[in-house]
Amino acid sequence: MGRYLLRRLLNYVVLLFIAVSLAWLLAQTQLHPRMLFELRNPPLDPNAVESLLRSANVNENVPLLDRYLNWLYRGWPRADGSITGGIFRWTQEGFFGIPGFAFDWGTSVQGGGSVNEEISRRIWVSFRLVTAGWILGTIIGVGLGAWTATRQYRISDRVVTAFALLLVATPSYVTGEVAKMLATWANQKLGFQFFLFLGERSTGTLPDYPFAELIDRLQHMLIPTIVLTLLGMAGLSRLQRGLMLDALHSDFVRTARAKGLRENKAVMKHALRTALIPTGTYFAFQAAALFTGATFTERIFSFHGMGMYGVDTISKQEINGVVAVTAFGGLCYLVGAMLADVMVAILDPRVRLS
Amino acid sequence: MSETIDEATTTATDPKPTAKRLTRGQLVLRRFLRNKAAVVGLAIIVFLVLLAIIGPSTLPWTYDFKDTSAYYSAPDSRHWFGTTQSGGDVLALTVRGLGKSLIIGFTVAIIQTSLAAIIGSSAAYIGGWYEKAWLWVIDLMLVLPSFFLIAIVTTGGPKGPNAWMLLVVLLAAFGWQLSARVVRSLSLSVREREYVTAARFMGLSTPRLLLRHIIPNIASMLIVDVCLGVGYAILGEAGLSYFGFGVQAPDTSLGTMIAEGAQSTTIAPWIFLTPAFLLVLLVMCVNAVGDGLRDALDPGSMSGGRA
Repeated sequence: MGRYLLRRLLNYVVLLFIAVSLAWLLAQTQLHPRMLFELRNPPLDPNAVESLLRSANVNENVPLLDRYLNWLYRGWPRADGSITGGIFRWTQEGFFGIPGFAFDWGTSVQGGGSVNEEISRRIWVSFRLVTAGWILGTIIGVGLGAWTATRQYRISDRVVTAFALLLVATPSYVTGEVAKMLATWANQKLGFQFFLFLGERSTGTLPDYPFAELIDRLQHMLIPTIVLTLLGMAGLSRLQRGLMLDALHSDFVRTARAKGLRENKAVMKHALRTALIPTGTYFAFQAAALFTGATFTERIFSFHGMGMYGVDTISKQEINGVVAVTAFGGLCYLVGAMLADVMVAILDPRVRLS
Repeated sequence: MSETIDEATTTATDPKPTAKRLTRGQLVLRRFLRNKAAVVGLAIIVFLVLLAIIGPSTLPWTYDFKDTSAYYSAPDSRHWFGTTQSGGDVLALTVRGLGKSLIIGFTVAIIQTSLAAIIGSSAAYIGGWYEKAWLWVIDLMLVLPSFFLIAIVTTGGPKGPNAWMLLVVLLAAFGWQLSARVVRSLSLSVREREYVTAARFMGLSTPRLLLRHIIPNIASMLIVDVCLGVGYAILGEAGLSYFGFGVQAPDTSLGTMIAEGAQSTTIAPWIFLTPAFLLVLLVMCVNAVGDGLRDALDPGSMSGGRA
């Protein structure tokens, strides 16, 4: 089993490297950061533009292969000529403070800020935004799916199914906007701002009561979390309902019932447990899609997370930032895929014993 | 069970059998018609397609006309669904956007399912390094978030009134992978059938064998895939347009409309609600038809009831 997982991991690392290289190639050939300088009024000194583009490693006058090697290893030549970056440049500080690869994704052309600083801050914003909604959505989705399966074609099943079908067909930006409209309406009815939905916290001074800051943050989290929970639970409840129906109609559940097991126990111990196995894989993969999938939610609720960074960098033709975001998305996908592999390896005896 | 007995007795007593034999098409149609949600969905889709075709020429306003006497006007008898910030008629714009979404949705779905059918079945049939290479390409394309890659190409790519065709190509190019995997695993079992072996030994060329003998046998999966693909493509296009990476102004799509309306939900909710409602309705209907088709085409399906 260890060998199997190790082989999968190696395969994934190679895959990620090639995929990110292709994304880099696509961004380098399709985006034109020079265009933004040409729009400037008064125009910038052409030599300054040239060196700015060169120091960010996005100058199309430098041969593509040179740029690729710079990006990979030699690092971005800064204005003073010192080599500082490079993904696979070995440093004493490394990426996590221990000696290792620098994983330096370079700098932005406009402003020259470090991409690494930007993403290390934004990853946590994304994390705070999606975690609660993801976990709640999974638990409620699985619960609803399993529950409706035991009540197939009754009123409760039909209501939940109709609701889930509506949510599956509704894109997240429509769900989010509608939630915002309802919250505004509720605030008007209540007479004070209970639901806050712009950003992570209030910008002004907070009223003076204990845990004011925590409560303020929670108020801001409420609506986005509800939206993400609804989005996560809709698809999952459909999936879980189907799996659970298959399990409920299987021979081993009927046998368990025939041997005198109470229905409750047969459903919980025999049917639900089997039906949860494929959900585990789905759950792992969803963890990956979350960060990039929450782009719309970030936009609607003004969270400055990874998704919005991707959108902003593409609009501003910032090649280094875009590549870092796609690499992060790829990494999330592979972590999810690896988790799924581990789960299959643990749960499936055919894989476990081979 | 009672069906067969009835049929047996009627054929025994009657010289001419009264029980009609159904072709597969009739059978599928009957089973499809029994699913009310799917029938209603299909009717609404037909209505929306007609609206998108006839609407622009019969509605009182055109999508690019700016009514300078009515900015942000609420729905009334003049503008049935209100106007936008610049005085555009919301209904005309939405119908125009609906047309774009429908064209993009259907073309993307057909292209990506065709790609999936050709690549998946040929990988399964030819096998060897060819199959390995395609599986690897599929894995590779699934790794990166396609949303950002498409956005990169459309931002840097050509602009103009026909730029949406590039969007179609991109959406299809990033949409076939999962279906191709399913096609491959289905084709693997079809490949082992006797008639495929027979055809091969008769000297049929590989492309012909795939088109004549393998792909027709997985047609039901492909039909359902096209149908569900329409929904995904429409949502994908709307999502990209929402961020300005899809259909470009002055042309419009449902995603563009929703993004514009989202900025003024408090003062002019109709700009947001009209296209959003239509988008959700369209995707729900497409999904319902897809589900109905799946049940109707699946011979082992329980939900079809009596044949």
